[in-house]
Amino acid sequence: MSEVKPKLHQRAWQWFKKTGPWTVLGLFVAGIIFWSGFNTVMEATNQESFCISCHEMKNNVYEEYKETIHYNNRSGVRATCPDCHVPKDFVHKMIRKAQASKEVWGKLTGSIDTQEKFEANRLRLAQNEWARMKASDSRECRNCHNFEFMDTSVQGTRSALKHEEAQAAGQTCIDCHKGIAHRMPPVDQGIGQQNEGGAQIHAGNAE
Amino acid sequence: MNKLSRLALSAALCALLFPAGFAAHAAPADAPLEARAELGNSKADMYKPIKDTKRIVRDYVQQPPLVPHDVSRYEISKNFNKCMDCHSSSRYVEMNTTRVPVTHFKSRSGQELSNLSPARYFCTQCHVPQVDAKPLVGNTFKK
Ligand code: HEC
Ligand code: HEC
Ligand code: HEC
Ligand code: HEC
Ligand code: HEC
Ligand code: HEC
Repeated sequence: MSEVKPKLHQRAWQWFKKTGPWTVLGLFVAGIIFWSGFNTVMEATNQESFCISCHEMKNNVYEEYKETIHYNNRSGVRATCPDCHVPKDFVHKMIRKAQASKEVWGKLTGSIDTQEKFEANRLRLAQNEWARMKASDSRECRNCHNFEFMDTSVQGTRSALKHEEAQAAGQTCIDCHKGIAHRMPPVDQGIGQQNEGGAQIHAGNAE
Repeated sequence: MNKLSRLALSAALCALLFPAGFAAHAAPADAPLEARAELGNSKADMYKPIKDTKRIVRDYVQQPPLVPHDVSRYEISKNFNKCMDCHSSSRYVEMNTTRVPVTHFKSRSGQELSNLSPARYFCTQCHVPQVDAKPLVGNTFKK
């Protein structure tokens, strides 16, 4: 009871002496290697080639994305899968990577391993993505595009009008730009039998 | 544990972690993407779509109006019709567009339908977008 607890630095010194400098050095080196290994993994898993190493990603969404402006445009700047789907900053990136364990599970259980299954699940997956982008105020889009720096005077008249309105109304990119990189899930557009039974969403301008 | 075994242990740990880092490097990072050969080969891709303009005056009564804006990346599929995202009767006010006329909700025999006529679903069959190019052939049509 009465024994005085050693101070932190004293305990640290004791631990150092007990463990021995070689081991501490070993741990230190191991730490460095672990960290760089970890970063290498993080870096490697943040490449488009990694994403499409799974046929689930390659056969459907990647094929569609190749026809869109973010793959092929006059300026030659490409937005790759992680540019839109993986946050740049550490905390959000880690959260997204942890969520991605669901994808590994999906791979193992074959949740979308055929085109039919993918189409049947597309709405669910798209809605996850929409919710994520809505919640982050389309952070990943804004890494490259920005309302403040958009020169609406050189945009098309349709864009300029909507962007000025949107900025005033506090809307975010994904409210209006769904289906920008992939085909859409079934959406009920209120035009009768064609797509009745599809999702009830605002594809363009949200309320 | 003595000093030696501790040392061995940390060495083993290093040895374990090293290849893990390298393996991650080796695999996918520089695997080439497919060539882009299938894109941009069409002659039509040589021309720029026009900038958004006002509605283009029609040349005859039953003419499907020309499309006065770029539509090059719009999806028209079973799941979704991008044109109707701006031109449907529930959206045209908000989007400052022209509403799809009632003729598009009639069958070929003139019967009213509760849905967009399947014959009208693929808008660009009749409504032609414009590019910045000289006409391919001469035209002597007079109004
Ligand atoms: C191991 C194979 C595999 C790899 C590698 C992979 N994915 Fe997926 N991904 C899947 C599967 C399977 C699903 C479906 C999961 C489900 O059914 O919930 C999925 C779902 C998704 C979704 C839907 C999101 C959601 O929350 O429902 C997105 C977005 C996505 N992947 C993007 C990516 C990106 C970006 C990469 C590269 C950084 C990537 N994927 C790498 C297999 C993979
Ligand atoms: C890596 C940077 C990058 C990211 C991330 C990005 N974009 Fe883009 N975006 C571009 C480039 C580059 C272009 C093509 C510009 C050009 O050449 O016209 C473009 C074009 C567009 C266009 C114009 C489409 C057209 O047909 O003219 C829209 C709309 C758009 N992006 C929306 C988005 C949205 C929404 C997101 C987020 C989901 C997003 N972008 C994320 C770089 C990016
Ligand atoms: C209120 C709805 C709305 C919101 C919110 C919105 N946009 Fe748009 N945007 C449009 C419309 C409408 C167009 C016209 C063309 C089209 O849809 O193809 C457009 C066109 C564009 C274009 C092409 C511009 C041009 O004329 O060359 C880009 C790039 C773009 N948007 C990016 C964004 C980004 C990035 C955000 C988020 C910061 C955003 N938009 C938010 C409605 C919106
Ligand atoms: C320009 C941004 C952008 C790029 C680049 C992009 N995505 Fe997406 N992705 C989206 C958005 C936005 C959604 C939400 C659904 C929608 O609006 O189409 C989405 C949805 C998805 C989904 C859910 C299924 C679906 O079709 O909705 C998957 C899986 C996915 N993306 C994977 C990928 C992969 C793999 C790549 C790279 C080949 C990629 N994405 C590139 C923006 C992007
Ligand atoms: C982002 C919204 C938007 C989308 C998507 C869109 N349009 Fe338009 N469209 C407009 C606007 C705005 C006008 C100009 C209307 C005006 O000035 O009265 C217009 C005008 C037109 C006109 C001329 C109407 C007339 O009476 O002269 C036609 C035809 C047309 N669009 C067809 C299409 C087709 C076909 C598609 C799909 C491939 C499409 N639009 C997609 C916004 C859109
Ligand atoms: C079979 C040919 C055909 C198809 C397909 C078609 N249209 Fe039309 N459209 C016409 C003709 C002809 C007119 C002019 C006469 C009329 O009003 O019916 C017209 C007129 C219009 C107008 C002008 C209405 C006005 O009041 O000035 C709009 C807008 C329009 N169509 C949009 C669309 C959209 C959007 C689609 C696709 C969902 C579409 N059209 C599909 C033939 C077609």
